[in-house]
Amino acid sequence: MGIKNIKEKDFQDNETLELFRKTGSGILMTTIDAVIDWGRSNSVWPLTFATSCCGIEMMATGASRHDFARFGIEVYRASPRQADVIVVAGTIVNKMAPVLKRLYDQMSEPRYVIAMGACAVSGGPFYYNSYHVVRGVDQVIPVDVYIPGCPPRPEALLYGVMQLQRKIKLETITRPEESMIMGRK
Amino acid sequence: MDNETLKARILSIVPDAQTEENKQYLTLVVPAAELHNLAEKLKNTQELSFDFLFCLSGVDYGKQLAVVYHLNSTTHKHAVVLKVKTDDRVNPAFDTVCDIWRTADFHERETYDMFGIRFNNHPDLRRIFLDEEWKGYPLRKDYVDEVNIVEF
Repeated sequence: MGIKNIKEKDFQDNETLELFRKTGSGILMTTIDAVIDWGRSNSVWPLTFATSCCGIEMMATGASRHDFARFGIEVYRASPRQADVIVVAGTIVNKMAPVLKRLYDQMSEPRYVIAMGACAVSGGPFYYNSYHVVRGVDQVIPVDVYIPGCPPRPEALLYGVMQLQRKIKLETITRPEESMIMGRK
Repeated sequence: MDNETLKARILSIVPDAQTEENKQYLTLVVPAAELHNLAEKLKNTQELSFDFLFCLSGVDYGKQLAVVYHLNSTTHKHAVVLKVKTDDRVNPAFDTVCDIWRTADFHERETYDMFGIRFNNHPDLRRIFLDEEWKGYPLRKDYVDEVNIVEF
């Protein structure tokens, strides 16, 4: 049973992941992987990066009512060198794209990308009749989780973060090419 | 000063100005040649003292190109909108007002950037958002870009 054989509906529940953990690979590596992935997935530090209204929603998610520190996506880092995940919250225009790419390149591995909101997913309301908007941030950097919405509710961002954590939990240090994290391929 | 006295006062300076009705602000379309003279008087006359240019924007009406000035007085709390229009789409040009209101400097550069409207006597008229080598003026209605623009 490999990662790629897991169906999408099974990816939703943790029992299948547990089963995969038990049957996927050798005992020693599985244990090491489990420890590493446990640590990584419960301490995902986002980069302070927001380009428009989705950023306000991301701040609301980090604030006391929704408080995504509960799920281990903890503290905003102002430096890309200390960040694990970049939440692309907002429109990326052609002039911003090289800056975004540089920020991504400056992040240390393992690094993850969440495309938050319609603009980051596909260009959103600026898809038609615009001369300046990048139509989807995946044209610039590899994206792990897409969160639709304009802007998404904090609950949606929390759900997206949890999906990312599930992806991290399936990583294995012995076969990075089998990882579901896009930046690892 | 209420809008009626303000209107009479401005018409006494520029008799050719036309008013537009049913707008949020008192709106006057001013002949382009009179603009700089009028702006100077609006700023420097004691009982008018329009000391705050809170918006300057370009408009493409299809045939005409225009620039719209939103003015406010922080002492008298009254506001007025001035419009200047031109039929010349190849070399549209108006007089700058950035010697009167310093904030007009960047606003006029933006209007030049997006609409290609030139401003006479502007100290540093070049593109502000787009690259220097950008071809055309993207907010004009006749702007064509077959590479980047997906038509709806």
